[in-house]
Amino acid sequence: MEVRVVNVRKEFERFPALHDVSLDIRSGELIALLGPSGSGKTTLLRLIAGLERPTKGAIFFGEEDASQKSIQERNVGFVFQHYALFRHMTVADNIGFGLKVRHGAARPSAQEIRRRASELLDLVQLSGLEKRYPAQLSGGQRQRVALARAMAIEPKVLLLDEPFGALDAQVRRELRRWLREIHDATGHTTVFVTHDQEEALELADRVVVMSQGRIEQVGSADEIYDTPNSPFVYSFIGESSSLPVKVDNGEIWLADRPVGLQAPHAPSGEALLYFRPHDVELLDGCSGCIAGTVAASRRVAGTRRVELEIGGERQRVEIELPVDHPAAQKSRVAFRPTRWKLFPAS
Amino acid sequence: MTTAPAKAGWRFRQPSVIPGFGLTLGFSLAYLTLIILIPLSGLVWRSAALGWTDFWAIAVDRRTLNALKISFGTAFLAAAINVVFGTIVAWVLVRYRFPGRRIADAMVDLPFALPTAVAGIALTTLYAPNGWIGQLLMPLGIKVAYTPLGIVIALVFIGLPFVVRTVQPIMEELDREVEEAAATLGANRFQIITRVLFPGLAPAIVTGFSLAFARGVGEYGSVIFIAGNLPFKSEIAPLLIVIRLEEYNYEAATAIAAIMLALSFVMLLVVNLVQTWSRKRYG
Repeated sequence: MEVRVVNVRKEFERFPALHDVSLDIRSGELIALLGPSGSGKTTLLRLIAGLERPTKGAIFFGEEDASQKSIQERNVGFVFQHYALFRHMTVADNIGFGLKVRHGAARPSAQEIRRRASELLDLVQLSGLEKRYPAQLSGGQRQRVALARAMAIEPKVLLLDEPFGALDAQVRRELRRWLREIHDATGHTTVFVTHDQEEALELADRVVVMSQGRIEQVGSADEIYDTPNSPFVYSFIGESSSLPVKVDNGEIWLADRPVGLQAPHAPSGEALLYFRPHDVELLDGCSGCIAGTVAASRRVAGTRRVELEIGGERQRVEIELPVDHPAAQKSRVAFRPTRWKLFPAS
Repeated sequence: MTTAPAKAGWRFRQPSVIPGFGLTLGFSLAYLTLIILIPLSGLVWRSAALGWTDFWAIAVDRRTLNALKISFGTAFLAAAINVVFGTIVAWVLVRYRFPGRRIADAMVDLPFALPTAVAGIALTTLYAPNGWIGQLLMPLGIKVAYTPLGIVIALVFIGLPFVVRTVQPIMEELDREVEEAAATLGANRFQIITRVLFPGLAPAIVTGFSLAFARGVGEYGSVIFIAGNLPFKSEIAPLLIVIRLEEYNYEAATAIAAIMLALSFVMLLVVNLVQTWSRKRYG
């Protein structure tokens, strides 16, 4: 089911949590809402679910305007960060709950509900735990039960709110891969919220980066990482450094030296230069480069990160060097970004 | 000191490495013995002096049986009423924010604080045939004061805070997300309350019930004013005990007390066992 969010605004007691957000989610897509806390990502998810009503705007499921429907009628599967399982019910009763509360002809027979529950338990790889209570399961197992419960009602959309947030790193990675497999097998349109960029970039078909109640950028992992369209995305996704520079006639200047980079279309004046630590080339001489003194150096897995102090302002930037590169020992290092972007100074 | 080899048999389970278990357990036992066990065993001792035949004669005396029936029956009914309305009161206090909520919250405790005799007199004045409420009920043929119905009303008044105060904290801890999860799964409000919320609250409600019930069985002050105290009709067991005491018939008084004690203990024990069982299941 394709989902369209059209100009949705949400205020909580006059405090705006979302400003005119629009988003098209394709049918069968696995999409991530990524952002720091307070960015409105959970609010957007809850609006899609119907757990909140938009102050303005509408949400469409296919051609239907879902914003006029109650939560019960929307038929969405929602998975909470802290599982929200029914403690007093067995695993099988939890999964069957959504079918049991249906009325009249829509409700399957008790036998059919039991069959569905054990089928879903197989899918989430928890066969044989039907009779357990949630208190007797581990965190990862509980979250799988929660997912099975959400899928039991054959939802139009599957919504997951920081589904792996409460789990430890090992289990997270495992469940991440497993969620991808389940998604590929069942083909549900799935939206999940996370503040973990690694999770979003690895798992999702498309990532929606949000900040302060607005969508900053929507795109595939490659697009988001390689061509960030705002300083926020640059600094939030992956690592980056920024330097205040001046543009003069298409030439970029750092203080009174040219950097050796051309920006023919940028307007002249103050600007911010963004680049990633690994997108740099080291230079010997310095006619058109960025030069700085080494302030700190640390080993990060297979590479070395060097922190440089640039110019009189002592601006700090980080660049990445091969572990055995001699430049790391030098007091002065000159480099030039190979991939970079200019943003107007705010 | 050598460590003794692990012997089979019954042992205290070591609760934790933090010391204090021996001291606190010893203190608790001594305290409970002093405050509860010794006075109560004195009671049993005294009634045992009566001899089995005499004891039995008092126990199956029609007046005793009626008094016990009225005491336990009205206490049960009052506790049941309090469970329904006390839970609703707790729900409103926990879930909604309205002007005067704090005052309403504080009001719930008043029956705790008020001398029970005052409550009894106030209720009697209200429900007497010429009282504010009594005169409205009179034409309908409902007599409250000086009947078992009056006893129930007094016990409802006395027992309300027990239910509210036991259910309220558990209600506050109810997870909002569990309700939301049930709603997304298609459950309507009624189904959410009966299938999701209520089972979580049931242990607290049962505790509230047993507390209100226990209090109702032992209540004296507020009841004797409104009950009218007609033997076989509206005479409660605690009053019968007092009557026997005033007749210097200490044996009979202690015998009735011992019977009440045994009945109450059995009921509270059953309630506790039910609780332990449900706690084991749901964790």
